[in-house]
Amino acid sequence: MTPPILQVEAYGKHFWLHEQNKLIPSSHNVSFSVSAGSLTALVGPTGVGKSSVLKGIYRTYLPSAGRILYRDAQGHVLDLVRASEHQILELRRREIGFVTQFLHCLPRQSTLDVVARPLLSLGVSRDEARQRAAEWLSAMNLPERLWSVSPATFSGGERQRVNLARGFIIKPRLLLLDEPTASLDPATAERVIGLIEGLKAEGTAMLAVFHHPEITRRLADQVVELAPLPAVEEALKDFA
Amino acid sequence: MNKILEVRGMSKIYGPGCPLCIESTGPEADTNLCPHCGSVVAIHDVSFDLFEGEILGVMGESGSGKSTVVKSLYFDQAPSGGEAIFYDRDKQYALFSLNAAQQRWLRNHRFGMVYQNPHLGLNFNISAGGNIAERLLMSDLMDYGAIRERAKTLLARTEVLLARIDDLPKHFSGGMQQRVQIAKALATQPPLLFLDEVTTGLDLSVQARILDLILEIQQELKTAMVVVTHDLGVIRLLTGRAIVMKYGRVIEAGLTDQILEDPQHAYTQRLVASAL
Repeated sequence: MTPPILQVEAYGKHFWLHEQNKLIPSSHNVSFSVSAGSLTALVGPTGVGKSSVLKGIYRTYLPSAGRILYRDAQGHVLDLVRASEHQILELRRREIGFVTQFLHCLPRQSTLDVVARPLLSLGVSRDEARQRAAEWLSAMNLPERLWSVSPATFSGGERQRVNLARGFIIKPRLLLLDEPTASLDPATAERVIGLIEGLKAEGTAMLAVFHHPEITRRLADQVVELAPLPAVEEALKDFA
Repeated sequence: MNKILEVRGMSKIYGPGCPLCIESTGPEADTNLCPHCGSVVAIHDVSFDLFEGEILGVMGESGSGKSTVVKSLYFDQAPSGGEAIFYDRDKQYALFSLNAAQQRWLRNHRFGMVYQNPHLGLNFNISAGGNIAERLLMSDLMDYGAIRERAKTLLARTEVLLARIDDLPKHFSGGMQQRVQIAKALATQPPLLFLDEVTTGLDLSVQARILDLILEIQQELKTAMVVVTHDLGVIRLLTGRAIVMKYGRVIEAGLTDQILEDPQHAYTQRLVASAL
C-alpha cells in the first residue's frame, strides 16, 4: 500500500487573545491520515474544531501543537507546521487546494479570470487557462452570462461554484473542502458531488467537512469524529 | 524560486542618537521618540526576504516606519545601519555600500517606485509623456520616436487616455496621476517595484482599478513588489506574505491570510479586529 499523502498527528490549536487575556481552544489532539484517491470527512458538533483543522493544514492558522506530515509530488515528507512560508506558498500554488465559503477577489476581475488565475501562476497560457475555466464553470452549472461579470455581485450559491471551480482547476494532490455544497440547490449539489467523485477517481486526496450527514455517508471513504474540546486547563498542557 | 532582495537589520535614526535610543523606544516603550536625546528611531532591526515575482506587504499605522523601509531601499534616504542585498540575474549588490553613481544607476534601471504623493514621483512641470521620457532617457534610451512609442504603450497599458499624453500631470485627476506614476515606474521594466500607499486617498472605484492594474502587471512581468499600506483590504488582495510594523520594529511576519485570520501579536490582533 502506498503511504498516505497527509498524516496529522496530535494537531492542536488554540487562540490567545491578548486584549481579553483569554485562551480560546479550537482543536485538540486530532490525529488521522488521508490517502490519494480517497475522501476523509471530519464530523462532530459545531465548535469542535473541524474548520480549524483544515485551516491549520493550509497554514491559515498557525498550529499550536502536533505535526502535519505532507508527502509532496516528489515523495519528500515535510511537516507543514514547520515549513517555511515560501514552501507553503509553493505547495498552495501547485499541490494543495482549499475551497472555503468565502471568496476574496479583485472587484473588477471577471469570473472567468478569477477561476483561470491559479493556472496562470503555473505558466499556462491565458487562452488555455480561460478555456479550462470555462469548462469547469459549465461543469458547475454556472450560467454563461455570468462568466464575464465579477463574482462580487453573486449569490452565495454562485460564489460557492466559483470557489469550487477555482479549487478544482489545478487538480490538486490534496484538496481541503469546507462545506462545499452548503448553499447549493439539490440539483447543483448533485453535480458538485459528481465532480468531487471524478477528481477523487483521478487520485486527488480529499479532506472535507460537509454540512449534510447524508453527503458524508455518500462520499466519505473514512470518517474522523472529533472529540469535544477539553476544558481550557487541559489545552494549556499542550504548551507546557 | 530565487531571492531578489535580502534586508538584514536595517535601521534609521533621525537625530544625534544615543546609547539608550534602542532600549527606550519600540512597541514596549510605546514610542519611537528617544526620551534621552530626542532622536526619532524611525526603524530598527528590520529584516525580510523578497523572492522573484513575489508581493510582500508592509503594514502598520502612520509613524510605524513602513515608508522609511521602502524609501531607504530606493535610496531616497540613507539608513543608519543594516544591509540590503539586491540579486540581479548573476550579479549581487550590497545596496548601502554602493557609491552615489551606482545607486542612481540601480534606481534608474532596475528599481521602480510609486509614491502616495504624486508630486514626489512625477515632475509636474512637464507633460505625462515627458515624465516617462525622462525616465527612459535616464536609462539610456535616446531615440525620440522610440521613446514616444514606448510612452504611448505604457500610458495605454495603465489606461491613461492617449489624447492627454501632452498634458501636464497637474491637470489630471488623482487616480490618473497615480496611473501615470505607475507607467513611469514601469518604463524600464524593473524587476523590483516599491509601492508606498498608492491607493490611499483615492475613491473606491479608482482604488479597485489601480489594484487590478498592479496585479495584472505582476502576472505579466513577474515583477517583485514591496507594497506599503495601512489598508488591510489592499494587503489581502495583493500580497502573499506580510510584515507588521509598530514604532519602527517588525512585530510580526507571516503568510498574509494567517496574519489576518490568526494574528499572534497583541497589536496585530487589535489592528485586525478593528478593521473587520
